[in-house]
Amino acid sequence: MQISLVLNGKKITEEITPDLLLIDFLRNHGCYSVKRGCETSNCGLCTVFLDKKPVLSCSVLTARTDGHAIDTLEGLQDEAKEFGAFIADQGAEQCGFCNPGMIMNAIALFRENADPTDEEIKEYLAGNLCRCSGYEGQLRGIRAFLEYKRQGGASCRQ
Amino acid sequence: MQTVGQPIRKKDAEALVTGKPVFTDDLAMKDCLIVKLLRSPHANAMLKKIKTDTAKLVPGIEAIYTWEDVPKHRFTLAGQTYPEPSPYDRLILDRHVRYVGDPVAIVAGENEECVDRALKMIKAEYEVLPAVLDFHTAKDNEVLVHPEDNWKALCPVGADNQRNLCAEEESHAGDVDAVLAGCDVILEETYHVRAAQQTMMETFRTVCYKDAYGRLNVMSSSQIVYHVRRILSNALGISKSKIRVFKPRIGGGFGAKQTAVSEIYPAFVTWMTGKPSKIIFTREETQTASSPRHEMEITVKLGADSEGNIQAINMYTLSNTGAYGEHGPTTVGLSGHKSIPLYGSLKAHRFSYDVVYTNQMSAGAYRGYGATQGIFALESAVNELAERLHMDPVELRMKNMVREGQVMPAYYGETANSCALDRCLMRAAEMIGWKEKYPCRDMGDGKIRSVGIAMAMQGSCISSVDVGSATVKLNEDGSYMMSIAAADMGTGCDTILAQIAAESLECPVGNIAVSGADTDTSPYDSGSYASSTTYITGTAVRHACEQLREKICSQAARMLECGAEELEYDGNVAKDVKSGKTVTLEEIGVASMCNNVQALQVTESYSSPVSPPPFMAGAVEIELDKETGQVEILDYAAVVDCGTVVNPNLARVQTEGALAQGIGMALYENVQYTDKGKLLNNSLMQYKIPSRLDVGRLRVEFESSYEPTGPFGAKSIGEIVINTPAPAIAHAIANATGSKFRELPITSEKIAMGAR
Repeated sequence: MQISLVLNGKKITEEITPDLLLIDFLRNHGCYSVKRGCETSNCGLCTVFLDKKPVLSCSVLTARTDGHAIDTLEGLQDEAKEFGAFIADQGAEQCGFCNPGMIMNAIALFRENADPTDEEIKEYLAGNLCRCSGYEGQLRGIRAFLEYKRQGGASCRQ
Repeated sequence: MQTVGQPIRKKDAEALVTGKPVFTDDLAMKDCLIVKLLRSPHANAMLKKIKTDTAKLVPGIEAIYTWEDVPKHRFTLAGQTYPEPSPYDRLILDRHVRYVGDPVAIVAGENEECVDRALKMIKAEYEVLPAVLDFHTAKDNEVLVHPEDNWKALCPVGADNQRNLCAEEESHAGDVDAVLAGCDVILEETYHVRAAQQTMMETFRTVCYKDAYGRLNVMSSSQIVYHVRRILSNALGISKSKIRVFKPRIGGGFGAKQTAVSEIYPAFVTWMTGKPSKIIFTREETQTASSPRHEMEITVKLGADSEGNIQAINMYTLSNTGAYGEHGPTTVGLSGHKSIPLYGSLKAHRFSYDVVYTNQMSAGAYRGYGATQGIFALESAVNELAERLHMDPVELRMKNMVREGQVMPAYYGETANSCALDRCLMRAAEMIGWKEKYPCRDMGDGKIRSVGIAMAMQGSCISSVDVGSATVKLNEDGSYMMSIAAADMGTGCDTILAQIAAESLECPVGNIAVSGADTDTSPYDSGSYASSTTYITGTAVRHACEQLREKICSQAARMLECGAEELEYDGNVAKDVKSGKTVTLEEIGVASMCNNVQALQVTESYSSPVSPPPFMAGAVEIELDKETGQVEILDYAAVVDCGTVVNPNLARVQTEGALAQGIGMALYENVQYTDKGKLLNNSLMQYKIPSRLDVGRLRVEFESSYEPTGPFGAKSIGEIVINTPAPAIAHAIANATGSKFRELPITSEKIAMGAR
């Protein structure tokens, strides 16, 4: 079947098989930030935006994205770099395998709620598993990023 | 110190947070054959027939291999220094399958679809045999897991395949029975730690291809590139010179990737077909056919006088290595040798163990490596002893714990030259508010808040075995290249080792480029495991840098036409103190590349006769729901003595991550089998690891001692930090409910049923 979608701002028209999962379609298109950590929609590693809303790309058929817009971390490099620096300043990126999914979902959170509480952060990101960090360093990084944003993003980051 | 002790950002941080393609599957070539495995549905069976001819006809299938196609000599997948203590009990494919999930056939094809189709079309007929599924009955069972004649133990670990024994040993100091007989209080209990999965986010995976020289190149998510090279050489029967193993970024290891779980299959395919291939384990395979923690049952007998002086410990461990012996003979040793020495007051101890084969998936290395199991048992027993003595468990420990300068008979006779355990315990108790909160408070709303405590230790390498190396060379612009074969699996060792190099060379950490691990280009390193990287490879880095400094100075002396002893060098400029003439590091680097016969490059290796233990204390406060048994972690205070903290951020995150893993292990992570030996917890749906809603508040502090043999005083941190949650949480639950839970995990169900 033929579908058309906008991937990271670029229009793509392509023949696909009806059973093709979005995660595989995206990796086939060079979006290697999209990681597979499980087969049961539990880990959050494959989080991408479908029409600006976070979805698990392992649980979406590519066919369903016909006529829609998909964004991956490849299309959000500036935001990823800006926010990711705060995670890195805690050493909380660790192995990095879960980072893209968590950062996608965190960006979605910040867009919905520019000033979330700790509880709101934890609940929003509950589906993004991480085995390295114990989550505390991620929380510290998120808090520091939010504080930086509240200050108008003025301080100079490397 | 300028660089050591600084919270420097990880060198690979930006690539990781922006999702760059730096992992194995991101870097695989697009024309790789897809490799998958047909796995046994039976726990113990002999293949009678296996028919692959129709499966081979599926379009796109390149090859299908069965036990008849592979070499017939046995090897181990354990990543250990040769001769490996783990018995040689594996084949690439075996006619005798020994657990549900044991590989039966390797299928390679152009894409997943054809491989999946072919897998379904292979017809295997089995003679199903009785299976050993209860590890209590394994020793001397009439059913043998490894009846074969070519099973082989390379080391005298007490292994005997005719008794289902992977290892056995007894060691002691003093007359433990006599000392126990004289004790006023004796406590004897048995503790059971079930298997648990490392659950690194990146599953096992390997890519293979042949290079221009026809050599086998293996890119793998591995902690042990040199050991993998030897394992592949053993398995394929080819020279090590024909194999290159290297790792890109690794999506977590935790010891899982200290076993060559996935490498042999694509390696065999590429070696046979000449074509590139890759295997990507599914999460289900990573749960069912991997290298989890060894299940252990540990009986502890403690004796004390009425004043609370602990006089003797007798410990027996029964360990379940599963169908194969990877890390079986060695993990068990830590259950005693890295728990008993926490108590310096002992007059005698005995430690004995059996490690048995069963028809379950092979166990392996998991952070803590047996110490975790032993410390759960011993620290739980000490908490029970405190209750028996009507003593505060913190006081009891302060009275008995090992102190700096003490000889530790159960720790291979080593001396605790750096030990701040007393400060760790006092600080952890203070942070949690022990005096006010111990043992519990009824909140009046059906909930109880309680606290628990435990201590821990680990090692900093395998003494007189582990080798770490570093090659450091000067570039012509004054920057440096450092090559290592220690494996940064997210822990940040590339950065930490660069910090040690920068400190030694007096330069910014950004001037040190790190590469590895690659068996073609990195100097030999046993790999990143046994908490050895900072201590062993870090010392090798320091030595290499010191020697490079000397070479830089002698080059400078030649350029300045003076003696090296007349030179002052600050890491950037060398000055002849007599003439006042100077050369810069850049000029020295440039000069080394023109008409020069002395390489400004040094390789140093290091191995240590001792393995200085890091120490720590953990204290937890929980809230327990009396009706449902639900346990919520409110606060966890961890205080660690890892010697000098090389990078406080990375040490803190190591600790927080391991606390979370330990919380999962204590409360719900479980590896369970049906009565036919099939694994139940085969996905992240059934095997629940903690989410960010489950870990509470984790607080980490450091109480540093100074280890005289470590680089800038450092010991280790990677493993020790997983050891306190299980005993501390079990203690808190006991303090809340009055019931002792001696088997992990302590699920809400168990608490609710037990409390009633």
